[in-house]
Amino acid sequence: MKDFGSIVAVVLLLAAVPLVTHSNVVLNFMVVALMTALFGQGWNILGGYGGQYSFGHAAFFGTGAYVTAVLQVRYGINAWFAFGFGIAGGALVGAVIGALTFRSGLRGSHFALVTLAFAEVLRIVASVAPMTGAGVGTLIKLDLRPIAFQFQSRAVFYWIVLLLVAVALLTTRLIERSRFGAWLVAVRENEDAAKALGVDVAAVKLGAMVISATITAAAGCFYVQYFLFVDSAIAYGTWISIEALLTPIIGGVGTVFGPLVGALVTKGLGETAQALAGDAPGLDLVAYGVVLVLVIAFLPRGLSRAGERLLRSRVLPRGEAGHG
Amino acid sequence: MADVPLVAVDNVSRRFGGLLAIKGVSFAAPAGRITALIGPNGAGKTTLFAIIAGFLKPSAGRVRYCGEDVTGEPPHRLARRGIARTFQIVQPFAGLSVRDNILVGAFLRHRSRAAAHAAAESVAHEVGLAGVVDRPADTLTVAGRKRLELARALATEPKLLLLDEVLAGLNPSEIRDIVPMIRGLCDRGISILMIEHVMQAVMRLSEHVFVLAEGSIIAEGTPAQVAADTKVIEAYLGHGAASKLGATHA
Amino acid sequence: MFSPAILIAAIVNGLLTGALYALVALGLTLIYGVLHIINFAHGALLTLAMFGAFFAYRTLGLDPYLAVLALAPAFFVLGYALQRFVIGPAAHGDDRNILLVTLGLAVIIENALLFAFRADTRTIDVPYAFDSFNLGFTFVALPRAVGFFALFVAASALWLLMSFTDIGRAIRAVAKEKLGAELAGIDVAHVYAVTFGLGTAFVAIAACLLMPSYYVNPSAGNAFILIAFTIVVLGGMGSVPGALIGGLIIGVVESLSSLFLGESLGQIGIFLIFIGVLLVRPNGLFGAWE
Repeated sequence: MKDFGSIVAVVLLLAAVPLVTHSNVVLNFMVVALMTALFGQGWNILGGYGGQYSFGHAAFFGTGAYVTAVLQVRYGINAWFAFGFGIAGGALVGAVIGALTFRSGLRGSHFALVTLAFAEVLRIVASVAPMTGAGVGTLIKLDLRPIAFQFQSRAVFYWIVLLLVAVALLTTRLIERSRFGAWLVAVRENEDAAKALGVDVAAVKLGAMVISATITAAAGCFYVQYFLFVDSAIAYGTWISIEALLTPIIGGVGTVFGPLVGALVTKGLGETAQALAGDAPGLDLVAYGVVLVLVIAFLPRGLSRAGERLLRSRVLPRGEAGHG
Repeated sequence: MADVPLVAVDNVSRRFGGLLAIKGVSFAAPAGRITALIGPNGAGKTTLFAIIAGFLKPSAGRVRYCGEDVTGEPPHRLARRGIARTFQIVQPFAGLSVRDNILVGAFLRHRSRAAAHAAAESVAHEVGLAGVVDRPADTLTVAGRKRLELARALATEPKLLLLDEVLAGLNPSEIRDIVPMIRGLCDRGISILMIEHVMQAVMRLSEHVFVLAEGSIIAEGTPAQVAADTKVIEAYLGHGAASKLGATHA
Repeated sequence: MFSPAILIAAIVNGLLTGALYALVALGLTLIYGVLHIINFAHGALLTLAMFGAFFAYRTLGLDPYLAVLALAPAFFVLGYALQRFVIGPAAHGDDRNILLVTLGLAVIIENALLFAFRADTRTIDVPYAFDSFNLGFTFVALPRAVGFFALFVAASALWLLMSFTDIGRAIRAVAKEKLGAELAGIDVAHVYAVTFGLGTAFVAIAACLLMPSYYVNPSAGNAFILIAFTIVVLGGMGSVPGALIGGLIIGVVESLSSLFLGESLGQIGIFLIFIGVLLVRPNGLFGAWE
């Protein structure tokens, strides 16, 4: 139960933020940070727990965003339903890509490359297809009513994205404790040994991919409702794929809170960089790149694990010397 | 009276590019026994294991388990049927604890976390790892890792256990500890097919021995018969060694 | 549908463009073949080199074809240093970490360029940029032809280096059997760094050859990098002839797809090939059958 207790505590703490501050700047920062955490949480299921490093998670984010936007704008479907379809669309794309790549046994850098390629293909198609608005993108009409999933108050958006993050945190924890999670981690550690123990590696990877895609797509759907605009560079650009992997890696791959910690840190870093350098584009990403390299070099398990280790070495007694 | 073969390999061959590594090998391991597969290095023993366990497909021939043709089935399906294997070079899930390693195997037969944990706990006891279940797997000694390899396989509740040089790298006292454990496994109903180089273990444990050399079975029989066989001696020590040693014909 | 003259022009154009792609891919496949890593920083390094060529022309008046004599060695040193002092140590030998470190470098380089030079697209105007000569069945742009020629010079130089020099032999040894090479006394870290340096130098050469006919902006390298990956995967990772032939094939495919599907969709043909190859024959044309 303590596993879930920590999640509840963190969520409650975060939920209090809009009650403590009315600054739109802070709220906006937190909304974006939580959204970033959300797509990082998606990546973390496949990459952190499953060990399959995707470089093309934008494929799911963008699909969620576009489906949500296009259904509303072109087909007049209610925003909430469109949101749901967006998530389903992302999950479907995940299932297709997963089925193609994992049945072929692709892993490691080949897998990273192929996911990158899929995201690029989607980006190119979206940049020319009339349905997505081609180069111009798709704009959702401003309609500040709850039924249109648009809210006057930023705080409501914040609580919605927090809810999504909370669901993702719970999902991650449940996976950790489940049979599927044990199998997933086994696949990450050693595929052959896992096979010999009865794990259907391809099926497990596919399952992880679909869950991962679903969570990431939800972030995309939220993005488009919050910003009311999407185009191919935003939806399927490499920046998403990079941030999706950056946040869990910095915060702690394969941990429940890693993506959240990572998102807060990277976004905080980005804001600081922008503040120091004015609005020149690129500096925040430079900072991200530097942090990524430093984290890999010195803290390969990410910040949470480093924190955990620090805690354990101070608080717990030394392990007994058993026979091995 | 012939025992029902648990696993039978029927005229299996395996080619790697131009090399025919396994040449029409046929043998059967009966249920409830410990069968050994021995032979000089490079004979093809691990390749044969890989074929039986589903990691490789034979270029020709069939593999039968409990009478059913399982040729070409993937490893995870064979594991579900009850074939478990250990690896010659141990493959622990390095980042996980000993308990979590064994859990992966236990989850094959138990859906619920509680049941799987209980099963893992009891397997850990059985192989003597109860004291270290919470330690990371990569902190174990060689002997510990071998036990872990065994524990993981046991957690899948196999009917047939393929042990690939499980005693390699162990010192005599460690071997003395593990041999009775293997005997105990057979006594409680698990059939064992083992590849082994440690001859004292082969002699003490196995009831039947097959000798593989250069991809073919050159001899079979009880451990004593096989040890005295000229062809076997020559396969290990070279041509003419048998007469130098004054061995008798099989 | 299209007249033979147009088709031929498209094919020739494709071959010439493909040669430049192949030059970029050559470095990538070399690095993969020896270090067994996919260098995600390759594109950013290309962009960096293109900016280098741009500024060499703008500030020093150096023609790109001359600038290559300075840029190639400079980038060799840069590549050597990156592998020796950043990538190698940071990755601790874990494949996944290497992927991430090179990705991190790519992000740093590309965005540092963005920060320093903004997103504007720049070109250089060399006097011979639009010269062309008549091959009889079609016209060929001079800079493109030089690129084609340079590819073969570079590839031959690489072959000579690999076959006849000590360092070339050391590189081949490490590529084939790292542990054995180490035991034989070869300094693997040095060989890795030299290989990475060579790969980066090829990128610099490609950049100088590209500048007369292309443009540069901070994300220019990205356009080439996925294409380079496709070539490397198609030709077989680590195979130099594979990179050459793969490059030419991809160039032609892109040219023909653009012809039939229009400019923007032309690149899709390449990526679909990429995905197809990875799914069906990941070892490429010149790799072993799985």
